[in-house]
Amino acid sequence: MAAIDPSNQGLRLATRYAVLTLIAVIFIFPLVFMVMSSFKPDLQLLRDTGSFRAFLPVGDLSLNNYAAAFDRAPVATFVFNSVLVTGLTVLLSLFFCSLAAFSFVFLNWRGRNIALSIIIATLIVPFETIAIPLLLLVSKLPWIGWEGLEWGWLNSYRVQIIPWIADGLTIFLFVQYFKDLPRELIEASRVEGASWWQIYIKVVMPLSGPVLATAAILKFLVMYNQYLWPLIVVQEESYRPVMVGLQYFFQLNIAWGEVMAYLTLITVPVLAFYLVLQKAFIASIASTGVKG
Amino acid sequence: MASKLTTSNRSGWLFAFPGFGLITLFIVVPFFFAFWLSLTNQRLISPNPTEFVGLSNYERLLSVGVIDIDPEQDENGNLLRDDNGDLVYPRVRTFTRNNPDFAGYEGMREWFRWNSGDTAKVVVATDVVFWKSLTNTLMFVLIVAPVQGGLALCLALLINQRLRGINIYRAIYFMPVVVSIVVVSLLWRFIYDGNDGLLNNILSALSFGMFEGRDWLGNPNTALGSIIGMSIWQAVGFHMVIWLAGLQTISPTLYEAASIEGANKWQTFRYVTWPGLRNTAILVLIVITMQAFALFAQIDVMTNGGPLDSTTTLVFQAVERGYGKQDISGGATISVVLFLMVLTISMIQRYLTREK
Repeated sequence: MAAIDPSNQGLRLATRYAVLTLIAVIFIFPLVFMVMSSFKPDLQLLRDTGSFRAFLPVGDLSLNNYAAAFDRAPVATFVFNSVLVTGLTVLLSLFFCSLAAFSFVFLNWRGRNIALSIIIATLIVPFETIAIPLLLLVSKLPWIGWEGLEWGWLNSYRVQIIPWIADGLTIFLFVQYFKDLPRELIEASRVEGASWWQIYIKVVMPLSGPVLATAAILKFLVMYNQYLWPLIVVQEESYRPVMVGLQYFFQLNIAWGEVMAYLTLITVPVLAFYLVLQKAFIASIASTGVKG
Repeated sequence: MASKLTTSNRSGWLFAFPGFGLITLFIVVPFFFAFWLSLTNQRLISPNPTEFVGLSNYERLLSVGVIDIDPEQDENGNLLRDDNGDLVYPRVRTFTRNNPDFAGYEGMREWFRWNSGDTAKVVVATDVVFWKSLTNTLMFVLIVAPVQGGLALCLALLINQRLRGINIYRAIYFMPVVVSIVVVSLLWRFIYDGNDGLLNNILSALSFGMFEGRDWLGNPNTALGSIIGMSIWQAVGFHMVIWLAGLQTISPTLYEAASIEGANKWQTFRYVTWPGLRNTAILVLIVITMQAFALFAQIDVMTNGGPLDSTTTLVFQAVERGYGKQDISGGATISVVLFLMVLTISMIQRYLTREK
């Protein structure tokens, strides 16, 4: 073994950082390429792929690609739809899933264990295996709208929101978290005559910051990145979310500059959000693992 | 155990009902619905009433056979050879089209063949595309599960050291997870492009021009491999974080004890770290497997299943048939097959990694 002298240690440290940085480059280069290319005209973009210029903000830079992307597709509509669907689903999911988990953990009622087992069992059913029967199901569901009773949920916001509100993982996360809360607190409130609703709102929810953040982040990632489901249930442009909107950019001759502009537009806000809340994002993924 | 204080059937039901009801309606019902639909001839929109057809969807999907085909001979019994000197075989369709001697193979098409002596063994199937999607999916799972799990563990070990700025690296490695797989697939389409692709340019620069560019996604031999590489790149950070969480549950005193005993790095990993990661390993393996079986967006964005069905997958076929061709029962049948495979594999994994 080599002796541990200062220069040796310095070399080791340098090697470690070199390895870490090399791997970081592998993970980051496509994203840097995406952002840089979004400012370049197509001709230059394609020429630059032959050198390191592909990753640098050099040459003829402009926002033309962004303007062209807005001309080609109703980008604002897609972004609005995605934000609306994602936001509403996250909020409704937090409420209904935490409420159900509250009932499973703190209340005793007949059928509780069976119901919880069914919910946990759904964790091994990948969405992709039920997408087709679910498509048929929602195409025949009733809905009471402004014009009275109507049939079929296709081409709407509700078809993108309601089936995604409750899921096994979210309920499971809340159940695990609630189990660690002190039961005496709940029973004491009960003795003082608080209703279950008051306990949920005033005692349990204020203590649930971490799990709410975890559940919200996981749901946000799933909902904002939805692809298969809106692809098959939404044909009308006015209800389409951002990921499905990508199809507008694939005609015969792909204008790569515009594609990169659109990709940057729908990705960078999420990346910025992630970088700001980085710790919470990573903690939320980690918590699904430790508890599982 | 059930305290009077917390017993309340009415409140209990009321609070749990919305969540439980939604899960029942949108997950449990469609799940059983899939089994039922796979036994019918349901279409998305159809003027005819739906009929119960038993197992015939499965029969059509799963039926395979092997035909022995002998090479062509002339009148004297000599084997015929073509200009390259290869044996000449009669076409498969002469057996599978209107051939009363091979009635069981009616309508089947060639999937693949191999030679046993001069006889060609030809595997035929009614639904060759389904079998290709099945083998592609299995191939994807069998490669992605160990490679992605292993790489994620390596990254986690790398990140789990005390170094200044290590959190920045962790944040970067995790970054692709936050990006939609659709966006990632599109970016990599550009990277894999045959003409101006970044990968070709990088490889050619690294090899000083020795490497000749290729169309990664346009070649049946490299298309699935390219998608596997990209998928691992996108998701490996996710499992790195799960491994990291597992690593951090291992008590530091165990490492101290190991270092006092004079254990080297490998011994420490083998006898301290790895046993402490058992449960994490099971979880990582099951999650990756389930995600890998669901392979769809990459295929839809990058190759549409091509070239020559070399990247088509079970989910892609289920959607293509159930939605694209409005053949709901056909799509549902593939979904059921997919679910049974996910179930079988996760049960095998649980069995192999069970507490001894």
